[in-house]
Amino acid sequence: MSHKATETIRLHGRAIHRGKARGLALVSPAAVGFLGGVDPETGVVIEPGHPLQGECIAGRVLVFPTGKGSTVGSYTLYRLAKRGVAPAAIVNARSEAIVAVGAIISGIPMVDKIDIARISTGDLVAVEGEEVCIG
Amino acid sequence: MRLTKVERAMLAGAEGPAVQKAMQIVVALAEIYDAATLVPVASAQIAGVSYKNLGDAGLEFLQEWAAQGARVRVPAFLNPAGMDLERWREMGVSPEFARQQKRVVQAFATMGVALTCTCTPYLVGFAPQMGEHLAWSESSAVSFANSILGARSNREGGPSALAAAITGRTAAYGLHVPENRQATHLVEVHCGVCSESDFGAMGYLVGLQVGDGVPYFRFLAAGGLPSLSEQEHWMALGAAMAASGAVALYHVEGVTPEAQSGLLPAQSLPLVDIGSLAPAYAALNSPLEEIDFVSLGCPHSTLADVERAATLLEGKRVKATLWVTTSRRVRAMAEERGWVAKIEAAGGKVFADTCLVVAPMEEMGFKAMATNSAKAAFYAPAHSQLQRRFGTTQECIEAAIRGYWRGMV
Repeated sequence: MSHKATETIRLHGRAIHRGKARGLALVSPAAVGFLGGVDPETGVVIEPGHPLQGECIAGRVLVFPTGKGSTVGSYTLYRLAKRGVAPAAIVNARSEAIVAVGAIISGIPMVDKIDIARISTGDLVAVEGEEVCIG
Repeated sequence: MRLTKVERAMLAGAEGPAVQKAMQIVVALAEIYDAATLVPVASAQIAGVSYKNLGDAGLEFLQEWAAQGARVRVPAFLNPAGMDLERWREMGVSPEFARQQKRVVQAFATMGVALTCTCTPYLVGFAPQMGEHLAWSESSAVSFANSILGARSNREGGPSALAAAITGRTAAYGLHVPENRQATHLVEVHCGVCSESDFGAMGYLVGLQVGDGVPYFRFLAAGGLPSLSEQEHWMALGAAMAASGAVALYHVEGVTPEAQSGLLPAQSLPLVDIGSLAPAYAALNSPLEEIDFVSLGCPHSTLADVERAATLLEGKRVKATLWVTTSRRVRAMAEERGWVAKIEAAGGKVFADTCLVVAPMEEMGFKAMATNSAKAAFYAPAHSQLQRRFGTTQECIEAAIRGYWRGMV
C-alpha cells in the first residue's frame, strides 16, 4: 500500500555509506543474504523460500531488517553494482558488517536505524545522508 | 566516535582513494559496533582467498583495489587458497579454477600480503605477543590467538581484515575491550579428553551450547589438567567451537594465559556439563563403511602431526586417497626430515596452501571421507557434499590403508 502523494514522511537514521538516491521501495520482512541469495548477474533474489524470491532488486531502494550469510556476500553486492543491477540504496533496521562493507565498496548509499515498518513496497523513497524520505 | 588526525585524513582521502575506501570500511564497522575509537593492529590475517568462495565478484574487487594502489601497512598474511599453488593438478583441480585462483593470489601479492595461505600463521613465524591487537579472520586462528596466545582479535570478515591491513587499524569493540573477554559460560568436563579428535568432539558440543559466548573450562576428570604445549589439542578444540558455534575466545582454568591472570568467572554463569563425548561422535559420523578419501590437517597439520602420519604409514600402502594439508613452511620442514617422502611413498599426498574446507571438493567426485577434524566433519556435508567418518588420526590412517572404516574388514 502506497502513501498519498501529498504526505511526505521523513525518517532519520544513521548513514552507513553517505550518498543520495531515489527509487521505488522493495521491502523484505526477512533478512537478506547476498552470496547465494541474489543472482549476481541479474539482481534477482534466488534464495528458495525467501519473501523476495523472484523479485529483481536492480534500481530499487532495498529495505530489510538486517543482512545474513557469508562475509563473501560483500563482494556479491560489488558485482551487482559492476553489472548495473545493484539496488539504488539500502535501508536497514540494523546493519551488520557484510552488507555495510558491500555498500561501501560498491558505492551504494546505505542508512540504518530506520523503522522499516513505515515503508511499503512500491513507495517512492529518497535516501540522502542519514535521511529517508517516503512519498 | 573519536578519530585521530591521521585517521581523519585517511577518511578524507589524503592518502588516496584506496586508503580512503579502507578507512570508510573500518569507520563504518566502528559505527555499527559502537566502538569509541580505532585501535592500531600488529597484524592482519585475511580470509576470503579461495576462488571457490570469492568467485569472479571477489576477484574483480581485489584486482581493482590493488590497481587503485591499495597496499598493506602492517604484516598481513593469507588464509588457505582453494588449491596447492604448485601441485593443483595432482589434487584434480581444473585449469579454469587454477587460473582464477592464481589471479586472486596475485592481487593479494600486489597489495603486499604474504602468501602464507594457512589457517595456522602462528606456526610459521606470525605468532602474536600477549595483549597485541590483531585483525585476523580465520575462525580457528582467531580462537588460538585469543585463547592460547592472549592476543586480541575479533573474527574479522575477509574485506574488513584487508581494510585493517591497509589502514593499520581496526574498530575497538568486542574482544579488543578487556571486559568482553570475561567468561560467559562455565564448562565442567567430567570425562577423559585425550586425542585431538576428543578435543574436537568436545568443542563441537560446547560450541552448540555457548554460541558466541566465552566458555571457561574446568577439567575435573582424573588425570589432571591438559597441557598448554599440546597445541594440536587446542587447535582442534578452538576450530570445532568456532564451527558449531561462534566462539572466538575461551579460557581453561590453570592453563590458558588469561585464566591465570584473574579473569575468573562469576558464580552465576550458565553451566555446561560435559560428561561424555559420545553424542559428538554420533552426530559427526555418517553410517559409512567404505571410505574413498581421508583428510588430515584441518586446522593445518603441525610438524608433529606430519611426523605422526609418516610413522603410521611407514611401509604401508593406502587404498583411499589420503591428503595431509598443511602450510608451505611446515611442508618444507617435513620434507627435509623425510616425512613427506614416507607419506607419499605410501600413496598419500602432502598438500600445502589449501584444505578441504576451501578446495573445490564437489568437483572431485569423492563420496565418503574420514577425518580427524571435528571442524571438517561439521562442514563436509554442506560445503563439500561429502558424507564422513570422524575419529582419531590412527583410525583415519587405518581407514586410508584398508579403504574401510574400522571393524569393517
